[in-house]
Amino acid sequence: MSEEKQVFKDDSQLRQKTMIADHYSRLAAAPDTGEKSVYTFVPGNLTELIRNFDLLPVLPEINALQSAMRGKSKEYIAAAEREGHSEDVCTYVKCDVGMKRAGNVGPTGERLPDPDLLLLSYTGCFTFMKWFEILKQEYDCPVTMLHVPYQGEGEITDSMRKYVVDQIKQKIIPALEKASGKKFDIDKLREQLRRSAQAEDDLVAVLESAKNRPSPIDAYFGGVYYIGPIFTAFRGTEQAVDYYRLLNQEIQERVRLGKGPVTPDGEMKEERFRLVVEGPPNWTNFREFWKMFSEEGAVCVASSYTKVGGVYDTGFRHDPDRPLESLAEYCLGCYTNLNLPSRVDTLERYVREYQADGLLVNSIKSCNSFSAGQLMMLREVGDRTGVPCGFVESDLVDPRYFSGSNIKNRLESYFQMIEQKRGGVQV
Amino acid sequence: MNYCVGIDLGSTTTKAVVLGESGEVLGRGITNSRSNYEIACDVSVGEALISARFGLLEEALAAEGVEADRRKVQLEELEQGFREEQYRGDLRELGSVMGRLLEAGTYSAQEADAVTCVLDKMEQNAGSLYGRGKSRKSDFFRDLAGGEYLELVEGEAKTRALSFDRLVGLYDKAILEVENTVAHDESFSSRIKAALGRIPEQDALLAKAISAVVAMNLTKAGSVGTGYGRQTLPFAKEDIRSEILCHGLGAHAMFPNTRTVLDIGGQDTKAIQVDGNGIVTSFQMNDRCAAGCGRYLGYIADEMNIGLHELGPMACKSTRPVKINSTCTVFAGAELRERLSLGEKREDILAGLHRAIILRAMSLLARSGGIADEFTFTGGVAKNPAAVEALRKLIQENYGERTLNISPDSIYTGALGAAMFAQREWRRRHCA
Amino acid sequence: MSANRILELVESAEETYRDMSLASVKAWKEKTGGLAIGFMPIYVPRELLHAQGVLPVGIMGGGDDLEIIRGDAYYQSYICHIPRSTIELGLGGQLDCLDGMLFPAICDVIRNLSGMWKFEFPEKLSRYLDVPQDFTPEMGGEFYKSELLALIADLEKRGARPYDKEALRASIRLFNELGGIVRDLYALRRASPWKVPTAELYCLQRAATIWPVEEAITILREYHELVLADETRTPMDQARVVLAGSFCEQPPLGLIKTLERSGCYIVDDDFIQVHRWITRSLDVEGDPLEALVNGFLFDAMASPTRYCGDKTKGTELVTRVETAGAEGVLFCAPSFCDPALLDQPMAVASIEKAGIPWTAFRYSENNGQFQVIREQAGTFADSIKLWSGV
Repeated sequence: MSEEKQVFKDDSQLRQKTMIADHYSRLAAAPDTGEKSVYTFVPGNLTELIRNFDLLPVLPEINALQSAMRGKSKEYIAAAEREGHSEDVCTYVKCDVGMKRAGNVGPTGERLPDPDLLLLSYTGCFTFMKWFEILKQEYDCPVTMLHVPYQGEGEITDSMRKYVVDQIKQKIIPALEKASGKKFDIDKLREQLRRSAQAEDDLVAVLESAKNRPSPIDAYFGGVYYIGPIFTAFRGTEQAVDYYRLLNQEIQERVRLGKGPVTPDGEMKEERFRLVVEGPPNWTNFREFWKMFSEEGAVCVASSYTKVGGVYDTGFRHDPDRPLESLAEYCLGCYTNLNLPSRVDTLERYVREYQADGLLVNSIKSCNSFSAGQLMMLREVGDRTGVPCGFVESDLVDPRYFSGSNIKNRLESYFQMIEQKRGGVQV
Repeated sequence: MNYCVGIDLGSTTTKAVVLGESGEVLGRGITNSRSNYEIACDVSVGEALISARFGLLEEALAAEGVEADRRKVQLEELEQGFREEQYRGDLRELGSVMGRLLEAGTYSAQEADAVTCVLDKMEQNAGSLYGRGKSRKSDFFRDLAGGEYLELVEGEAKTRALSFDRLVGLYDKAILEVENTVAHDESFSSRIKAALGRIPEQDALLAKAISAVVAMNLTKAGSVGTGYGRQTLPFAKEDIRSEILCHGLGAHAMFPNTRTVLDIGGQDTKAIQVDGNGIVTSFQMNDRCAAGCGRYLGYIADEMNIGLHELGPMACKSTRPVKINSTCTVFAGAELRERLSLGEKREDILAGLHRAIILRAMSLLARSGGIADEFTFTGGVAKNPAAVEALRKLIQENYGERTLNISPDSIYTGALGAAMFAQREWRRRHCA
Repeated sequence: MSANRILELVESAEETYRDMSLASVKAWKEKTGGLAIGFMPIYVPRELLHAQGVLPVGIMGGGDDLEIIRGDAYYQSYICHIPRSTIELGLGGQLDCLDGMLFPAICDVIRNLSGMWKFEFPEKLSRYLDVPQDFTPEMGGEFYKSELLALIADLEKRGARPYDKEALRASIRLFNELGGIVRDLYALRRASPWKVPTAELYCLQRAATIWPVEEAITILREYHELVLADETRTPMDQARVVLAGSFCEQPPLGLIKTLERSGCYIVDDDFIQVHRWITRSLDVEGDPLEALVNGFLFDAMASPTRYCGDKTKGTELVTRVETAGAEGVLFCAPSFCDPALLDQPMAVASIEKAGIPWTAFRYSENNGQFQVIREQAGTFADSIKLWSGV
């Protein structure tokens, strides 16, 4: 029985690995096969639309984080800083610039194609705009920009939706048509969005499985793997539908068996702390960081980072009946496009719904969109829920800003604080 | 008699606190931290046990009906003698290590001769360092012997035309070895007896009390480690507590009404909120850089070429503090030199620097939840009068009236909390 | 005599903007009973506020006078300084006289500050003013207009006068006039930088974000006339530079003075862009709201906060250098300023291609030490003068 389970698990992970590796191989072969590529970003991206034209998406943030996981980001960042990029700014950007200098070799060791179009969909992060201005100087190709307004007042207004839809219609689609040489196919898009919604249902079920005790998943470190396909190149594909169905089956089986999450160091035995985590993970020391949690029996039951591409757990689904409108709402709804009061509400809800013992913020130097305001959010959520809140600092892909001993020190203190609080007076 | 010990392994010093069976503080010990953490811990615990036995000795004398004044004189005399014995023992060890290094290394006969001369003089001088009413700049052997050696070897180097640097290098090498390989034994018995022998008039009561204390069996019932180096402490994982928790509990033990704790140590600053039971409810630590920590003052002292403990009193003389916004450790020297070159007074610059450090701490405090009443300030910087003054003023301005607690033993706060955790654990096991 | 008067004007400007308690705003409110709304740097359509009887008040950080006690509790060390001093001002009660704050779309930090304001000051108006990065009238224009209408509605809800076309036209006329004077002063400084020291121009412009527009017009006009007539201001052998990057967090005045003393004539800069953001007078004939929108879409300054579209980034800086007859560029950006620092390598690439010398340094609004910058700028100025002398 347990062997069978093992096979099941391997199946979804293996499938995901294969999917992603195949995509990179396809990209590497693009100059020969004639397939065309579009560079774009993760948050609120228009994957279905890109693939509607049989174009292949390339996501620079994913390349940067993969570079970090492969230990390449240090030299890439150094190369960009030698060129005059400031040490103060986003390390994703610098890692990307450095990777370009080193031959634009992707995570599978193969060269990535130059873009046929830069599709700047600018959601929830101002730096994206600058990033594409920088990339534009590197490549001789057209750029098109989708400006997604910020939910400053905590809601999506009609004029915001209209602004985004109009841009998709009048700018983005024509640019994609021009880049691909193909006509836009609305029926195909509806079909794609139907598949998106299906995969989204399964993803939500997977993420919400963490409401169980013990949680069968780690919704931060493990969550990163779960969101991979849907936030990158696969949303709207049959592959994604299959992958998320499989994944959900696997997870529901873990729930049935009362099992905890699987970590790189094996299955977690005892669930001692349930945490909500705010902020992206660190990529240079991903496993080391995860281990600091798993060793202590700390499970992340919900995280904001897994909502960075799009927020599904409040009911949003891509909608074949409102294709462009739902694309617009997807873009507008990303976690970092929410105002701070909405973000605090989200975290508060997670603490309550997932019965968490605490909120932990991993504050990322590179990412002001996430980080500016986190200290206040921390206090606010703490006041509202009464759970202990913890705070650590690191960076996305710059190893200089990951101090293992410092983070471990704080985490241990934090876990002990939760434990002490839980135990009350023990004299 | 059972005891529990808490050890706080800090970046500059290692502290130990020993608690008796009912939770009373028996003794405290401190030593300089060194690369061998295990030895640093052993030494600090050894020192704490020595102080515990001195404490027990005083109790024994009191029980014999010796009056307080008399006890004080006797104990001081004994302790001075005891320390001298300790110093001489260490000195012999240093001598033998240096002897070995001289033989093994590329040192000339002249150099060997100079060193022997210096060591002989140190041996002769040892007696003058100790005695009633004597105090020393430091009680760490490294500093004490180092100061003596430097002074003496400089003269030797001059008269014999030898390289001063080489001779200093020899000491540095030797002291490292002495510190990191020689665990202090707990031969309290032989040293206290030798110290007793130094006292001219014999006292039967004292001798009796000493015999009683020497005969006492102190058994370690539990220990907990904490501090900067706790991850490498020679303790089992369950015997380690975070410094945050230990500081919170220690401060609570010293001042039970404590709700907010600020600790400014050498490398980090901690702001901690505790509840009425000393349980930590929130905390914040400084980020990666050591800006605004004790180390910053260290750099400033070095830059000004004065002792760390002289900084505060000098800053207190300021009448017009300079406004300083940066507490960057790296730029501390440059900032200071520029200020001086602009003609600012040393005391005014120093007052500004102290205020800047406290401003950083105020930020951390605000992050952790503010300053509640009562407020306890711990760590090395709590001994600095200018820092305390700046803190007092800023609290008043921003939070109003608060009781500010600073214990003379504040350096032991973390170790005390650790010892209390050890005690709780022992009781839990003991009762179960 | 006129020298004294100039000094008086500049001193009163400096006093106005350094007064953290905003005494002049309080006085205005008492006199008029109107609302006062603060705004962060770069650009907000002040005309709109003015037309509804609201006093727009530039809030550009706490500078080097303000001690940060609580502000650091809100921000990590790797975030720039202006939001922490702004929140410090808010928490310290210095902004109590404001009925609200506007946060223009500058970067993610200022954007998020708008949300923090909602938490900390729930009784006040707090609005993130999004601006389009699409510059077509049918898309970006429509969106911007809806943002302006939402702002109008917000102000009305707070008790401001209802929106009125004629009133907006009148306000646009006034701000056109102020913008015109500022542009004239910039032109005069380009032509005769010794007439208009940047430190003076800075103080006046900065105060002009706080003074009521009518008063600002009078003062800046008087200053303009006085310096034009002042024959005691004579040229010196200084290097002509464009200063780029200081558009949000403001450098301390001491830094500007240091640069001038180190041998630089600053002949163009990024300071207090709100007066110059729209580079020409707005249309007063048609629909005034359209005029505001069109001005933003078609006549705004190039800025790191504004998407460059199809243009090559940095070329506008080359144009500015040429227009100003400058000999070099000083990149002077606040530490951790994303827009400025991400832009810089692109701008550098463009000006290097054009053979324009440059140097770069960073500051924070509360810097107290300028020695390193003085030496760097001095060396740069000397090298330029040496070079041009060959």
